[in-house]
Amino acid sequence: MSVLDVKVWRGGAEGAFQAFEVPRHASQTVLDVVIHIQRALDPTLAYRYACRVGMCGSCAMTVNGAPRWTCRTHVDKVASRGKLEISPLRNLPIVRDLVTDMREFFDKWSRAKGQFSGTRTRGDDFAQVPPAGEKRKAADAGIECIGCGVCYAACDVVTWNRDYLGPAALNRAWTLVSDERDVATLERLRAVSGDAGCHACHTHMSCTQRCPKQLSPTAAIAGLKRAVASAAIEGDL
Amino acid sequence: MSRAVALVHRISGIALALFLPLHFWALGRGLELQSFLPWTEQPLVKLAEWGIVVLLAAHLGAGLRVLAIEFLDWHEWQKGLAAVAAALAFAAGLAFALAL
Amino acid sequence: MSYRPQTTLWLAQRVSAAVLGLCVPVHLATIVYAVRGGLSAEEIFARTRGNHAWLAFYAIFVLAAAVHAPIGLRTIALEWLGWRGRSRDAVLTFFSLFIVWMGLRAAIAVFG
Repeated sequence: MSVLDVKVWRGGAEGAFQAFEVPRHASQTVLDVVIHIQRALDPTLAYRYACRVGMCGSCAMTVNGAPRWTCRTHVDKVASRGKLEISPLRNLPIVRDLVTDMREFFDKWSRAKGQFSGTRTRGDDFAQVPPAGEKRKAADAGIECIGCGVCYAACDVVTWNRDYLGPAALNRAWTLVSDERDVATLERLRAVSGDAGCHACHTHMSCTQRCPKQLSPTAAIAGLKRAVASAAIEGDL
Repeated sequence: MSRAVALVHRISGIALALFLPLHFWALGRGLELQSFLPWTEQPLVKLAEWGIVVLLAAHLGAGLRVLAIEFLDWHEWQKGLAAVAAALAFAAGLAFALAL
Repeated sequence: MSYRPQTTLWLAQRVSAAVLGLCVPVHLATIVYAVRGGLSAEEIFARTRGNHAWLAFYAIFVLAAAVHAPIGLRTIALEWLGWRGRSRDAVLTFFSLFIVWMGLRAAIAVFG
């Protein structure tokens, strides 16, 4: 097999797959394939990448039906019978070709109150947070998220209900609920438990299965469900 | 795998919710129950009954999985829960079929 | 303000699920036992007629199901039918009351 049959999405919400033949090499990644198409075969192809070494998450696309980081996806792993189908991430508006509009993804981060709120100033001493404490371990389990959107693209609930805050925003909210320095917990719990909040997660676990950093938004969302329920039962909500 | 179990949970739930009114209607016919029961001896009806029993057991198993994920501490054994759900459904279906 | 209704619905769904988690195995075991050698009304009534324990069991079972099923259908109505708002909630409340009525009526019918 020295040639790959590659279909690439062209256009926006309306569009079509365009076929290319790409030379196959050892240790080739899907990003290598996309770059080759744009540089050697069709310069009008629009796509995103930056670091190309699995750190930034910019190159996330749908490859043979599954959302992945294309720079970290070896062709050998996904192109059985030498065929590849590449399209933009699901659940996001398409700007053009393989580029999606990530604004709603980050807006939901904000709506889930995914920002830290503290009260210490530079005049105060450092907060003493034991790394082995339960809360810190819970926060650390989800803190490495780089906002690549793969989980959001994998999530069926986002497809079925476009208002759903989504796994990444809720995962971030949980890391902050678990952060003992943060003072906005109640406000955050309210933010994540409205219509289309944490309760809409049905534990399909596509997010956990696909996360390139092996995070588990499902576990984070379960934590939020418990925290919200406790707050409600105690009359704090 | 979790996605499949979740969909089984949802589809079985819909089927059971639709079945409930029919079930209560049949039972509510109280005194006439004995005259109604021979109708249920037909093979197609027995097959449907077996199907309902399997769906109920599957829904229970899948539901226990959801409760475990939401209320117990996170561990890798969640995959085992999907297996438990399948096993429960299988066991119930088998027991029902053998009892017939 | 929708965090309160969403949280209440979620809790009601999980609590009713826990109750059903106890009722359903009992019910399944009873079915498998009862179906041996064919179903007959006499056998069913022999167990349930005048039996307050079975009546109580079925009443609790019915009430738990009447909470659990409509809440589940509510989510499905939104996600798969795009149905939102008051009309959906009104129809589901009616369905819930219908289940309570039909279910208790059936439990009483076999109690005699």
